[in-house]
Amino acid sequence: MYRALTERLADWGIVAVLWAFRIAVILIVVVGSVLTLVKGTYTRDQWIDLAIFGLSQGGIYALIALGYTMVYGVLRMINFAHGEIFMSGAFAGYFLATALNRAGTLNANPVLALATVTVFAMAVSAGVALLVERVAYRPLRQAPRLVPLISAIGASFFLQYTVRGLFGPGVYAYPDILALQGEWIIFGVGILKRQVVIIIAAVIMMLILYTFVMRTKIGKAVRAVSEDREVAQLMGISVDRAIVVTFALGAAMAGAAGVLYAQIFRQVNFFMGFVPGIKAFTAAVLGGIGNVPGAMLGGLFLGLVESVGPSLFLDGLGIVAPYQLKDAIAFTMLVLVLIFRPSGILGERLVTKRA
Amino acid sequence: MNRKFLILGGLVGAALVLGACAAPAYECTDAIGCVDIAPGDPVHIAYWGVLSGADASLGEDSKRGVEIAIDDRGGEVLGHPVLLTTEDGLCTPEGGATAATKLASDTTLVALIGSSCSDETVGGIASITAAGLTTVSPSNTRPALSAQDRGPDYDGYLRTAHSDAFQGKAVAEFAYNELGARTAATIHDGSSYAQALQQVFADEFAALGGTITSQEAVSKGDTDMRPVLTKIATDSPDVLYYPIFIAEGGFMTAQAAEVSGLEDTTRIGSDGMFSADYVTGAGPAVEGTYLSSPDFSLFPDLYADFKTKHEAKYGGTLLSIFHAHAYDATNMVLTAIEKVAVQDEDGTLHIGRKALRDAIYATQNFPGATGSLTCSPFGDCGAPVIAVYQVVSSDPASWDPGVNPLKVFP
Amino acid sequence: MLDGGRQEPMTTREIRLDIVRAVRIGLLGGIVFLYLTLVGLVGAFSERPLISGFISLGQTLLLLSMLGVGYVTARLLGNPSAKSAAPQGRAIFMSSLAGFISGGILAMLVIIGQRIDVRDVFVNATTELYQILTFGRGLPGVWLLPIVSGVAAGISAAASRLPGKIRSPIVWGLASVAFFGLFSSLFRTILTGISPGLSPFARLFFAPGEGLTPGGAAVFLIFAAGAAASRRLGGQTRVAKAIRSKVAANPRLRWLGYALLVLVALLLPQVSGPFLSQVLALVGLYVLMGLGLNITLGFAGLFDLGFVAFFAIGAYTMGLLTSYGPQGLVHISFWVAAPIAMLVAMLGGLFLGMPVLGIRGDYLAIATLGFGEIARIVVGSDFLAPWLGGSQGIIGIQKPCVGRLGPFVAEGVPRDCFGLELVGPQSMYYVVVAGVVVAALVAWRLREGRLGRAWMGIREDEDVAEALGVNLVGTKLLAYSLGAGFAGLSGGIFAVLVGSIFDSSMQLFVSINVVALLIVGGMGSLPGVFVGSLFLIGLPELLREFSEYRLLFYGLALIVMMQAKPEGLWPSATVRRELHAGEEPTAMSEAGANPA
Repeated sequence: MYRALTERLADWGIVAVLWAFRIAVILIVVVGSVLTLVKGTYTRDQWIDLAIFGLSQGGIYALIALGYTMVYGVLRMINFAHGEIFMSGAFAGYFLATALNRAGTLNANPVLALATVTVFAMAVSAGVALLVERVAYRPLRQAPRLVPLISAIGASFFLQYTVRGLFGPGVYAYPDILALQGEWIIFGVGILKRQVVIIIAAVIMMLILYTFVMRTKIGKAVRAVSEDREVAQLMGISVDRAIVVTFALGAAMAGAAGVLYAQIFRQVNFFMGFVPGIKAFTAAVLGGIGNVPGAMLGGLFLGLVESVGPSLFLDGLGIVAPYQLKDAIAFTMLVLVLIFRPSGILGERLVTKRA
Repeated sequence: MNRKFLILGGLVGAALVLGACAAPAYECTDAIGCVDIAPGDPVHIAYWGVLSGADASLGEDSKRGVEIAIDDRGGEVLGHPVLLTTEDGLCTPEGGATAATKLASDTTLVALIGSSCSDETVGGIASITAAGLTTVSPSNTRPALSAQDRGPDYDGYLRTAHSDAFQGKAVAEFAYNELGARTAATIHDGSSYAQALQQVFADEFAALGGTITSQEAVSKGDTDMRPVLTKIATDSPDVLYYPIFIAEGGFMTAQAAEVSGLEDTTRIGSDGMFSADYVTGAGPAVEGTYLSSPDFSLFPDLYADFKTKHEAKYGGTLLSIFHAHAYDATNMVLTAIEKVAVQDEDGTLHIGRKALRDAIYATQNFPGATGSLTCSPFGDCGAPVIAVYQVVSSDPASWDPGVNPLKVFP
Repeated sequence: MLDGGRQEPMTTREIRLDIVRAVRIGLLGGIVFLYLTLVGLVGAFSERPLISGFISLGQTLLLLSMLGVGYVTARLLGNPSAKSAAPQGRAIFMSSLAGFISGGILAMLVIIGQRIDVRDVFVNATTELYQILTFGRGLPGVWLLPIVSGVAAGISAAASRLPGKIRSPIVWGLASVAFFGLFSSLFRTILTGISPGLSPFARLFFAPGEGLTPGGAAVFLIFAAGAAASRRLGGQTRVAKAIRSKVAANPRLRWLGYALLVLVALLLPQVSGPFLSQVLALVGLYVLMGLGLNITLGFAGLFDLGFVAFFAIGAYTMGLLTSYGPQGLVHISFWVAAPIAMLVAMLGGLFLGMPVLGIRGDYLAIATLGFGEIARIVVGSDFLAPWLGGSQGIIGIQKPCVGRLGPFVAEGVPRDCFGLELVGPQSMYYVVVAGVVVAALVAWRLREGRLGRAWMGIREDEDVAEALGVNLVGTKLLAYSLGAGFAGLSGGIFAVLVGSIFDSSMQLFVSINVVALLIVGGMGSLPGVFVGSLFLIGLPELLREFSEYRLLFYGLALIVMMQAKPEGLWPSATVRRELHAGEEPTAMSEAGANPA
């Protein structure tokens, strides 16, 4: 009888704690927001500014998240080394851009130059990703969950320090594309040209990826493998090829993200992939891991919350230096989603099919 | 298996007997102990600092200063070659503690140059002092390390770098008196260096009569500074002081130009960003911004000499700004060794540890590449003159401390 | 194409295939050479002599790679048992070819590098590097590289064909030279630590600074080769096998062995000096955390990637309770504060475990990772700085005192200790050992008991376990909080070991380290925690001079380990059975087998 009683109590305790969590979060969010808005420290334009900053940063997260989500969908594996793939693309782009800059083509033909740099970065990222897949992941496909994860962590460190060894530990600046300086006024709001380019590029990339996964034969193969690997194999689909394609695509997205990132922040460094990697992973989970539009949505949402959140929620509550806590906000959101809606905003499939 | 153990045991036994029989010829009267260096053996000094991870350029930069100082003397002192080994402190207190214990247990060590990060010193100085070693840091700037109440653990610690207590004060005076600023905001990056420095600035600025509108913080590795800048812009401060490092500093400067509301805010950075890499990272927006740093104009010609040697050995890029301080620290130490070492008849060098420590503390008007060095009883050897520089051109190739950036104060 | 023993004359087709293979390996080898050089390993290692005045570690690295190329080619070209000269000669020739090509690729780097300065891209492509690569001769000496490489590869291929009796001593001899050369300063420190009079003796073998003396190298070479040869030639293997089986059979002998091990462990800090004690103390702290995670992850299968949060809770609790600095809330002794820190951490485990009870698998990993990061950010934030010190941390943590602790005098003034104050790693080591022993005992007893079985049931299949009457909620929460408790204890001891804590010590890397050491050591296995910790924490600390490349090797080690021995270095019996199901029993008892 005791056991039944304690079990009941424990269950109620859990429910109570979870409710306490919900209420605490809602309180912080609502009360904080109200207080901030009442205090009126920020003008409407500034809120819009914050939102746009968040969206452009979110676009980058979204692009990186695409890679995570696709690999997870197909392999059920968290590719810890994905942040370093992003970094490889950024570095590759840096070298080419510097060379083009020295030759003068960077500013003479900005569109062509940027496109070339992006394609090059995507190719390099894909190459690196395929190498990692071949060496660190493929031999471990039959192993229990944790083993490829550790291997991925190992690959992540290895890549970071390889780049550091080869190219040095410093921070290197991307040459500036003069055509992208300044801002455009859209609907009465000033947005940096760079940010527009990023958001547009991210959307285009995502559309390309989406079309590819939905319409092409290889895309269908990838989806099939992500649904049920054994059946797909029985149907004659080459699992190895599907996996390779997945990695290549995801890596290409990350490489493009690297170039775009460098456009806004104009710096590369061997360590730059670590934090965006974790953030992008958070974004992928937020949107529903395995889900391509979800990754996009999750990325944008994460960027938005990071940018607007500290000012909106925490400033009103009188918390000092709220932007120091922006990562904590992002992770709290992640944990909440995982507790209350683990399949993410849009759910778990690579693409949700209607039929 | 048995045979192996017997032989090994025999060898160990023989060694112990031999060791017990060995009698020293020189009587060491030093309060702590002596280092005995046989003829032909090297004088062993070590450099400890941050050699891996994101801040590696700081430690690497200082290490180069040490190496150049040793090269200057032909790689030897008093007829013995100088052996330089390095230890990585990882820029964390436990990293510093482990590095320090490793160094402390090496009885062949004579003196140390280091650490790079103040955190490392906090973690490791107790072991170093306890082992009788003395270390001179080229880049620790935390005020507490040479404060009057630093405690006996720090007896073996000196530094040629300035204390941030001076840097924060200088910037506050510059902002209040020269720029006429009455409101200021600060941003730090969560590192103890930046947080302490901006706090000194804030306290001094308030003491002068100014108002601090907000003290914000970002995290290391952050790239998008615009939200926090927007928050600061709501108060439109006259001055924004962000004593952070190259990467984040570059972002901050570049993006502050893009945030509305900060057009009239003067941007000031600190010595953590004093490098051509910062100019490249910050882009065109860097023109007109200020940086605080040790006053290079007071560096005598020795510094120009040093730069030439650095160029020849490592190529043009200077990784950080404390190389000259490391150079001076090494020279101070080697000079002190020359002063206190005793050579006996068979050519063995004996260096008393306490004597060495006292000799380093007694350094007065020592001609260094960073100025004339005199050590205080609490370990401050650096010339505490801080200057504020203004970046004139955003072309990183034109980086030349004194010209671009130009010294504007005092 | 590879047929056993068929004594056919070499057909051109076979030769061509062999050449293709050799070229391919040569190219691959060349890429490896380029990598080692451009990443800076060769350059950095060249500063460090292996045998003083004779060969540097960098040269050794290149040499090993060349030998490797030869060995791989010889192996791949097959037929190691063929006695006829033709295949042997062909294999050696092919290996030399491969070596030559690899060396040639590296030589091309030097040639190109003299024309174009690639330092802008590859920071290590300096003139000094080229000097090293050309053995000090500069461009005229560049042809040496492929020649030396080819010869080395050929020698290695020939050596691989030698019978084990000859090969084994050579390999053991060289390996021991490499080993003692690598850890030379460590051994020298140990010897001088045992007695200062041993210093001249140590100097015979270990050169001042780093590396071996040539005489010392010769001694180690002969010694190890001799030992290996005697082992092979004599019937020693049988004796060793007999001893081992007897020990395995008689539990009392095994206990004696363990007791001996414990004795050595206890005496270690006295002989090994403060540095080794510090390393061992750090290893011990990770063992303590590993034991905790072993309960959460190893026994109960709950993937916690945010373990550092509990470490932080324990450390900060200890700091707040015992510090005489500005952050100290109360001032109590370490012996009272440690259990409190453990308790608070357990509560933390409970608190953080409750919300995530329903989450499974990888999602749990991410959620806990989130917690770990939130903990780190919050603890170092300006927001909580008035209490937790922010980025300035908590300083002035009182050292443990065996005896009576004097009263708190003033802020910044350490309290007096009337008794034995445990300052320094050599004494703190024992505190760590005590904590580890307690934790190990608890973990061991629990595993054998009902709770342990309940945990393993949850790990295998939650739903089935629930159906069998296991209270999921309570059992899981117990796993979390016990694991957290150990981590908290570890954090508390860490705080007094270092004397101050900063948020920079609470990185994600710590959590990753603990998970990795658990997996590398063997999940669910208690001895595995020790082994994993020694390997992943102890080894990098001992090899501190290569700290720039520390994480490079760390990453490589993880990748290699997962493919070579995924069940861990000392796996629990169940896991080994699972992972090798269906395999023939390997010659694992073949002690003294060929190590090469």
